[in-house]
Amino acid sequence: MASESHVHEETVALREQFDTEAQQKDASTLGMWIFLITEVMFFGGIFLAYTVYRRAYPEIFAVASTTLNVYIGAANTVVLLCSSLTMVLAVRAAQLGKSKAIVLFLILTLILGGVFLGVKAYEWNEKYVEHHIPGPAFHMEGLSPDLQGHAQLFFSLYFAMTGLHALHMVIGAGLLSYLIMMARKGRYTAEYNTPVDLIGLYWHFVDIIWIFLFPLLYLIDRHLK
Amino acid sequence: MITAAVQEREHYLNQSYGIKSWLLTKDHKRIGLLYLATITLFFFLGGAFATMIRIELLTPTGNFVSSDTYNKLFTMHGVAMIFFFLIPSIPATLGNFFLPMMIGARDLAFPRINLLSWYLLVIGGLFSLFAMLAGGVDTGWTFYTPYSTTYSNSWVIATALGIFIAGFSSILTGLNFIVTVHRMRAPGMTWMRMPLFVWSTYATSLIQVLGTPVLAVTLVLLFCERVFHIGIFDPALGGDPVLFQHLFWFYSHPAVYIMVLPAMGVISELVSVFSRKAVFGYQFVAYASMAIAVLGFLVWGHHLFVSTQSVYAGLVFSFLSYFVAIPSAIKVFNWTATLYKGSISFATPMLYAFGFIGLFTIGGLTGLFVAALGFDVHVTDTYFVVAHFHYIMVGGTIMAYLGGLHYWWPKMTGRMYPEGWAKLSALIIFLGFNLTFFPQFILGYLGMPRRYHVYPDEFQVLHVLSTAGASVLAVGYLMPMIYFIWSLRYGAVAPSNPWGATGLEWKTPSPPPLHNFDEMPVVTHEVYDYSTVIGEEIQVG
Repeated sequence: MASESHVHEETVALREQFDTEAQQKDASTLGMWIFLITEVMFFGGIFLAYTVYRRAYPEIFAVASTTLNVYIGAANTVVLLCSSLTMVLAVRAAQLGKSKAIVLFLILTLILGGVFLGVKAYEWNEKYVEHHIPGPAFHMEGLSPDLQGHAQLFFSLYFAMTGLHALHMVIGAGLLSYLIMMARKGRYTAEYNTPVDLIGLYWHFVDIIWIFLFPLLYLIDRHLK
Repeated sequence: MITAAVQEREHYLNQSYGIKSWLLTKDHKRIGLLYLATITLFFFLGGAFATMIRIELLTPTGNFVSSDTYNKLFTMHGVAMIFFFLIPSIPATLGNFFLPMMIGARDLAFPRINLLSWYLLVIGGLFSLFAMLAGGVDTGWTFYTPYSTTYSNSWVIATALGIFIAGFSSILTGLNFIVTVHRMRAPGMTWMRMPLFVWSTYATSLIQVLGTPVLAVTLVLLFCERVFHIGIFDPALGGDPVLFQHLFWFYSHPAVYIMVLPAMGVISELVSVFSRKAVFGYQFVAYASMAIAVLGFLVWGHHLFVSTQSVYAGLVFSFLSYFVAIPSAIKVFNWTATLYKGSISFATPMLYAFGFIGLFTIGGLTGLFVAALGFDVHVTDTYFVVAHFHYIMVGGTIMAYLGGLHYWWPKMTGRMYPEGWAKLSALIIFLGFNLTFFPQFILGYLGMPRRYHVYPDEFQVLHVLSTAGASVLAVGYLMPMIYFIWSLRYGAVAPSNPWGATGLEWKTPSPPPLHNFDEMPVVTHEVYDYSTVIGEEIQVG
């Protein structure tokens, strides 16, 4: 509960439909959580499709999964987790009203997000070189023609899932850039930092999606030797 | 004509003028009116397609349009009516306008997002409109794969993109309403003091927020499959076209409740006001809305009884579909009980409410027919199903929508509609509706399939009856359009509470001031307490 909000500050923008700043912040936070629930439902549909086909073709999915580069995937997971850490630090800095630290941590978050997307693009390019892009040119070595379709389904899901995830990252990067711009102008203070808080929530959500995607796509049939 | 008092007082309509003051408005009331204009346009567009369908079906030979054109006509009728009229109808117009007022708020929680959601509907509508003008789409409004992904040569992508964008309009409206109900209620407006229209709109918003994203991702997959040939629903690759049906109906069955729940909310208001009694079993009616919202998510499989779904799954879905009838029946019984010993007046909104209760009951009971596995196999994809869902959507939702529009028109515009004409049109709509759709139950039972324009001669009589009814219905729908516009200039000036209603929206002048209330209301008792209010005289002339 934001009980400290009786500390009024001239710069805080209270919109006319609200009575108090606490009410405004509560409303915005609830709105963001509801938005994230819609995102869960959005990704839920595609996770369902994954579940159905993995259950239908478990062996082919295992084979197709091993063609992904697990080391790159794991490294990228670490990058993304670090970006979540820097995001949290940015939110904390905002709560403490340290405007220089906000900018620093937001920039770090943006850079880590960029690294993730760069690595992802490299991986996609690898798939292109290996003819693992779904479509007429799709071909996977060592599989009989009647199983090519099933393998292609795995890669359809791989591209749909990682593609939608990357799209969310790009939107997140846009939001971070906006935050950085505003933070440099000193818009966020200990009293008013709702946008940093909410975009932070969004960023963590996008990270969590990846935390599910990584094992589902990369780790179907990996064993420690 | 226009009295001096009305001209002088500042309200949301005369606060500012000009096209920009409308297109950039953040006032929920003006946005409600923007929605009203937009969806009316789509209603008449969808109506035009329906007209051509009915003209075609006058004769058994299929000589008015080609089969290809006919496929496009019923598809575009469905797309325009469902996604661009029925889904936004009551929530986005009446809900937008009255939900904040009914809970004593100055606006929705996120006015800019509210405006954005109107623009999204317009942009989505333009995409679909483009598809219709460029050559149309012929997949049926359900976009079943693999026809939609592989074989159809029509504008599937533009239409689907339009629906995708309009979907976000629906999501954002729902989000806005939920936050508003949770965080913006006036002092004393507890959950159990909220008008039932707010309850049902809240339940609707939950469905919009939880269901629509699933439709969105389904359309994304459809899009990827059609453009990039990735093959998620392609049986040639081992994909499952029925998966599309599951995903599609996971949204589209609850979407039926997006259409009918707000309608039920309107009826609760009307029945109470025009019988001057508190709604019988208020809590039951409120919780029934929530129950419908929850159960509505568990019944999508009844659209797949003949689509290779296992018989056991079919049994469960059949059972759950019966189950969802219980909260709906609770509402109908409670409305009826509210009427008992009430002081009933037959004003136009009440006529619509009576029409709704009767037609919704027929639509709901035939819903039980088609929820039964054995009977459904017989009538699947026949006119029986067409008649059933038109009784719910047209007989239910549109009756309530028009009833609500008449009821709140004085508040929205500050003018009364002409009562005599309004009663006449309500009667015409009721008769025209039944003449249009009742013969379709019989047609379907006898075996007339939907989506065919050539049919055996013996069905012609019933088809002619249906087309005749549609003509009557069209007259009924055009009349309010005309007299509503007429009333803006020539209607009697509306007092602030012409019906003697109890809601907060009636405790402020008509039309309301920019921030809804001159002084913030404090709620001290239950919502339907008629002991303290009386209706004000309407001054004619």
